[in-house]
Formats: sequence, structure tokens, C-alpha cells
Amino acid sequence: MNGKHIGWIVLLLLGLVAPFLVYPVLVMKILCFALFACAFNLLLGYTGLLSFGHAAFLGSAGYLCGYTMQGLGLSPELGLLAGTVGAAALGFIFGSLAIRRAGIYFAMITLALAQLVYFLALQFPFTGGEDGMQGIPRGHLFGLIDLSDTMNMYFFVLAVFLFGFWVIDRAIDSPFGQVLKAIRENEPRAISLGYDVDRYKLLAFVLSAALAGLAGATKTLVFQLASLTDVHWHMSGEVVLMTLLGGVGTVFGPIVGATIVVSLQNYGAELGQWVTVLTGVIFVVCVLAFRRGVVGEVALLIKRSGIRP
Amino acid sequence: MSTDYILQTRDLTKEFKGFVAVDKVNLQVQRGTIHALIGPNGAGKTTVFNLLTKFLTPTRGTIHFNGIDITPERSAQIARRGVVRSFQISAVFPHLSVLENVRIALQRKLGTSFHFWRSAKSLDVLNGRAMELLEAVDLRSFADTVTVELPYGRKRALEIATTLALEPELMLLDEPTQGMGHEDVGRVADLIKRVAANRTVLMVEHNLGVVSHICDTITVLQRGAVLAEGPYEVVSADARVLEAYMGTAHG
Repeated sequence: MNGKHIGWIVLLLLGLVAPFLVYPVLVMKILCFALFACAFNLLLGYTGLLSFGHAAFLGSAGYLCGYTMQGLGLSPELGLLAGTVGAAALGFIFGSLAIRRAGIYFAMITLALAQLVYFLALQFPFTGGEDGMQGIPRGHLFGLIDLSDTMNMYFFVLAVFLFGFWVIDRAIDSPFGQVLKAIRENEPRAISLGYDVDRYKLLAFVLSAALAGLAGATKTLVFQLASLTDVHWHMSGEVVLMTLLGGVGTVFGPIVGATIVVSLQNYGAELGQWVTVLTGVIFVVCVLAFRRGVVGEVALLIKRSGIRP
Repeated sequence: MSTDYILQTRDLTKEFKGFVAVDKVNLQVQRGTIHALIGPNGAGKTTVFNLLTKFLTPTRGTIHFNGIDITPERSAQIARRGVVRSFQISAVFPHLSVLENVRIALQRKLGTSFHFWRSAKSLDVLNGRAMELLEAVDLRSFADTVTVELPYGRKRALEIATTLALEPELMLLDEPTQGMGHEDVGRVADLIKRVAANRTVLMVEHNLGVVSHICDTITVLQRGAVLAEGPYEVVSADARVLEAYMGTAHG
């Protein structure tokens, strides 16, 4: 029993009781963004790559899922699959181009490509342009379970989230994850040990994009909507915020970060534009005062107090 | 008479926008020896290392390793051939444990390094070998320490253990004793001598005490070109070397 096992149990219990305590759609939204942030963290926290174009994967997977469901009339599991595979393919293209550069240039290439995707989403006829795709049916999962029922939908979303999170958790704690950490810590040394670091970075990028896509496709099912909001660069910024706030490079941090940001946006809605200011202030305080993020600081406190995690 | 050279360069040259950092260097490293590359600051020693391991691309010239032309190969390929380098500043993975540092080097041979679905516990089979390597550099008791917390000299020792994990035929050590206290210098020098027993070492070193103590052949670089070459007694008696080193010698 270590800290991570406890974290998993808490997560599972919270996931099971949350829809009975809080508005289920809000929890589903949090779960989608949590998965998105965790996927992003795989890249930033464990590979040391700052992508500023992750909205492209979230958003385009949403459109692909919507089109599969609405345009082709297929089932929700195929919608998710289409979104995930599509985002992975897009991730391969982004990754192949971006990993040739490091640091700010890497971020700028991902941003530029994401803007390209935004433009395409605006122009393509099937995306509905400014209006987005609306009234996407949730359909029947495997032809059996009616997802228009909120609770059915909730537990499906929870299952998808837990699956995605498990994949990320495993990837971090795998032989592959070890190499990623080595690259993050000291790239020239990893090269001198014989690793073709670009290939590792590319696989990490594709994995991250695919899981961000899974999050986006799931979100489309929940809200029965795919819109430009999810491909806009604001979204790429928001996921950076969620990850940093919760704790970059920690397993559970992005979940906490996503919960804070989404809850703020939800409960702070009556504040109107002020919620943006509030989020901004929290971000600045986070960066200045507790740079490791919520989970990072808590982990440090536990470590300092001498309890073995 | 033919001598067995593990590494040979022919007219190795690197120019940066008109500035010649390395000028037609013909280096011949004999198998099984410890070969030192010395010279005043800015003589191009580290640049030569970067060229040999393709961290920089030569402007002209060729590099032969075991008779094979490796000039067009990428850094990671050269490393996989058995030419493994260290760096001037200590090259460890600071936030991994000491054991994990060595394991990173060992795990590539398992062929599972792309397996993101497999548990890292599958790497535990390497722990035995990793511990042996740590033992060889007196770091066994530090195995679970987070590397960033090691003293500097110990980090350099860990770096050597990690390099050894790859069973390199040729080790390139870039100033292995730089920035060390007196006792550490002696310990690392002995360590190099010990691990060089059945391999070849090419090292950049400022500390002439270390060089005279453990190196078989010395090449002196000055302004990117070879000034003198030979055993320590010959090189240290060379008038041109003395002149180049006056006032700039560190050791």
C-alpha cells in the first residue's frame, strides 16, 4: 500500500459517490477535462515537452466523434474510437514536425498547427462553422445501454476516464516511462546512452494526443455538442493552467487542477467576466507561492513530515 | 608493423562561420590504452569530443571506429556501436534514484523500451547487474538515494557506472575530475585506471597530475590543431608544449 494506491482508492470512491452529491453533468465535465489534463501532463510533466496546441486534439476528436454519430449514424463506442484514432493521427503529424525543435520553438510549432486546425474547423462544411455540431445523439452503448439516461452516461464516462487514466499511469510507470523521464532530466545523456530520443518523444506525443482525443470525444457525447471552443487556443492555455495548478509531473495533480478550474468556471459563472480575473489571480499565486501545484506541495509536506509514502 | 587502432580520425575539421575550432586533427587511439587529450582552454578538446560522438557535425574529415567509417552516423547509433561519452558537467538523471540511473543504461538491451503498457517492475531483473556496477564505483549503499542529493564526486562516479553499464569498447570522458576536491580526484583517477583494464579510454583532462599518473599516450591540442603527441615524459619535455602551457596550466 503506497501513496498511489491510496490515491486510486480515493479517486474510485469519489467517482462513485460524486454524481449523488453534485450535478452529474458537472462531474462528467470535470472527468473529461481531468483526462485531457492528464494526457497533457504525460507530455509536459514526464517528457518535458510544452505543447501549446493540445486543443486541436480535444476539438477535432469532438468533431470526428460527432460526425461518426450524427453523420454516419454509428454507435457511441465507434464515435470514441474515431475521435481517439483521429487525434492520434493528428498527433503523429504535429509531433513529427514539432519534435525537431525544442523549448519555445516546439511550443510555437504546436500552436501554429493548432491554429491551422482551428481554421479548418471553421471552414469545413460538416463542422457547422460558427454554430458547431448540435444535437448529436448519445446513442446506445454496444447497442444495449441507453446513454441518454444521465446515470448510464455518467458511469460510462467514469469508466472511460478510469481507463484513460490507467493507461497514462501505466505509461509513466513503464520501461518507456523510464526513458521519457531520462530524456526530461538530461536529453544529451539519454542520447549518449544510445536512445533515439526523437522516436520516444514522438510516441509520447501520439499517446498524449490520442488520450486528449478520447477526452474530447467523450465530452462531445456528454454535451451532444462539438464546437469551436474546444479547438480554440484558449483551450490549449486552459489545460496548461489546470496541469500547473494541480501539480505538473504528479500523477493525480492534473485531476485536482481540472476540478478546481472547471468548478470555478461553473460556480463562478454569476461573476461573469470576473471569473477569468479570479482564475488569473489564482494562477499567479500558484506560480509565485506554490510552484509545485496543489498535489506537488502536499506530497512535499508529507515527505517532510517523515511519513514514508 | 601495424598497430591496432580502435579510433582514427583523418583531417577532422570543424569551422564555425569562418572560425576554425578544430583544424585537421589526425587522432589515433590505440586499443587498450588510456589516451589523454590536453591543451589550454579553447584548444578545441570538447569540440573534438562532440565531433567524435556526432553531437556536432564535422565540416570535413572522417572518423573511423574499428575500421568502420562512422562519420555519417547519428549520435545514438555511435553510442550503440560502443563509443560512449561522458560530459564536462556531470551527466546524471538528477531526479531518478542512483539505481534507476544505471538501469536506464541497462534497459535498452531488454528491447522493451517502447513498451508503455508494461510495468516498470519488469526492469527489476536488471537490479542485480546494476548493483554490481554500483559496487564497482563504491555507490552500493547509495542505491536508493535520489541522485540530486549525492555529493559532486559521487555523481561523477555514478556517471562512470552508467557509462560502464553499456560495456563500451571506447569510453570518452570529458574532464572527469573537473571541479573536484583533492581526495575525490585521486579516487576517480584510480577508478578510471581500474575500469580501463579491458577497454580503451580517451579523456579530456586539465589535471596534469592525473594525466601523468594514468595515461599512456597524450595528445596536446592548441588552437584546434595537434601540437604534440606521445607518452607523458616526451610531451612534457617538448618546448612548444611548455610554451603553450606557461601560465595557463591548471595542474
